[in-house]
Amino acid sequence: MITTQDLTKRFGHVEAVRDVSLDVREGDRYGLLGPNGSGKSTLVRMLLGLVYATSGSISVLGEPVPRHVGRVLPEIGALIEEPAAYPHLSGRANLRLLDAAGPGSGGGRRTRRRRVDAALEQVGLAGIDRRPVRAYSLGMRQRLGLAAALVRRPRLLILDEPTNGLDPRGIRDIRDLLTGLNAEGVTVFLSSHLLPEVSALCTRIGVLDSGKLVLQEQLASLQEPTGRVLISTDDPERAVATLDGLVERRDGADLVVRSTDPAALNARLVAAGVPVRSLAVQRRSLEEIVLDVTSAGSDQFGVPA
Amino acid sequence: MIAVELFKLVRRLRTWISIGLICALPLVVAIFIAVTHLAPPPGQGSAFLSAVLDEGQLYPAAALALVLPVFLPVAVAVVAGDSIAGEASAGTLRYLLARPVGRTKLLVAKLVAVITFAVLAVVAVTVTSYATGVLILGPSRAAAVGTTPGGLAPGSIAPGAGGSPTAGLQPGAAITSLSGTPLTTLQLIERVLGAMSFITVSMLGVAAIALFLSTLTNSAIGAALGSLAALVVSEILVTLNAATAVQPYLPTRYWLAWIDFFRQPILWRDIQRGFAIQAVYVVVFLAAAWANFATRDVTT
Repeated sequence: MITTQDLTKRFGHVEAVRDVSLDVREGDRYGLLGPNGSGKSTLVRMLLGLVYATSGSISVLGEPVPRHVGRVLPEIGALIEEPAAYPHLSGRANLRLLDAAGPGSGGGRRTRRRRVDAALEQVGLAGIDRRPVRAYSLGMRQRLGLAAALVRRPRLLILDEPTNGLDPRGIRDIRDLLTGLNAEGVTVFLSSHLLPEVSALCTRIGVLDSGKLVLQEQLASLQEPTGRVLISTDDPERAVATLDGLVERRDGADLVVRSTDPAALNARLVAAGVPVRSLAVQRRSLEEIVLDVTSAGSDQFGVPA
Repeated sequence: MIAVELFKLVRRLRTWISIGLICALPLVVAIFIAVTHLAPPPGQGSAFLSAVLDEGQLYPAAALALVLPVFLPVAVAVVAGDSIAGEASAGTLRYLLARPVGRTKLLVAKLVAVITFAVLAVVAVTVTSYATGVLILGPSRAAAVGTTPGGLAPGSIAPGAGGSPTAGLQPGAAITSLSGTPLTTLQLIERVLGAMSFITVSMLGVAAIALFLSTLTNSAIGAALGSLAALVVSEILVTLNAATAVQPYLPTRYWLAWIDFFRQPILWRDIQRGFAIQAVYVVVFLAAAWANFATRDVTT
């Protein structure tokens, strides 16, 4: 759906994006991670033909961008950094305006009205009144921006920080919406600096660090079991004695044990009379994965409360 | 896209406030003149103003002369300067382009909207000042309006005064009357329409400059002020003898040529040149705006 080759963008002397070779496949829920200033937005803008690359090539939906960007944009819904709207018009009027500005009328007045209403309903804004957008809360604006991306029923969604400004329920709503659309065949490409959001939503991730793509992989294969099991017990002494040699680390009642067979491990502990409170296969968290591949500047990664 | 831009224009409060202000200026002037019965003497003050106490129907021409030098170009510069820069700073530009709206198409739609605004403003001034003229200025003497102010410092009409029928063709003559050839109402309407279209076209140069600057910067006010600065330079150079060599190419050089519509017969030379110079400015600056906008990174 999206491939780039050695994509580079320089603004003056600053290299915002360096040799990025992105590979987003049909049906992906792709999460592009990176701290603020790592080049995510510049990359997104290049995919949409808003910013022109210094070198390298881009192909979106099989067409070269920016040369044939006019052909692919009608099939893309985009949220580019913050949402933007004409503040003196209502949300509905804004969507109608944007819908009408696109190529082709896309049906009669009634079809267009229905399309706008459907998009508003998808993002939970079906009940909005005639209030102008300037009276909207940040979360409502964000939802409106998403609705604008959805109006033309795109095959590909390119969303920059889609849950920005939303409360926990809003974040959950949007996650469900995107998962649902993805199940219907829409490819989702989103960028974020919020690890939990990407972790909960995405099937594939890319990590940008100072403009370079330092990692691109299926999330599931990054989170393969590490060959260790985490055990919590009321009797750590006996557990250590039982699992002699397998315990890598002990921290109070919590043990890290080398094992690829948690069921066998559990049976052994139970047989020895160790009261097991919890037992879990250790997987690397997204945070560990990301911190592993990024350099010092990555302390800007935000983990929301 | 043009329809969308027009919708944005008419739904914007600023459009109507600025047109209201443009219409208010002639109204204020008319009230002062009507109350005091003190019109400027012929040959002084704004064009046609000396005649309006006698000829209320002529007030649209006087009103256009009042708003032409400052109010109208300022309003056009603000609207045109805002066209791309305003969308860029509000963030809506990137969504329009990603919709997608072609960059060339957007630029053309913006220009059409600016021209529409200029037409609206000129029509509004004409209509409101006609009402003002008929209602609060001199008793209308209907058809018999002998109008031939002279030259670029036009005087006014002295109905019934003697004079050579051909004097109106000589630019620079302060007061000229064509008592032999009064304008019929139909002729007056024709000429007012001619003046309206000439004045609208005169605004295109400013509009094109402001539109070009609007693609260079993300500051709408910067683009508007930049184009107004260009106009002020032009207005100064037009009156500067040392700048005679460049005067024919200045955007404001033929701004007052619309007055020639009120001669009998119409003196076409400067009117044609005025149209031509505005066309040149539109072509040059629109091309520059296009060249810049089509290749520029949209980072806001």
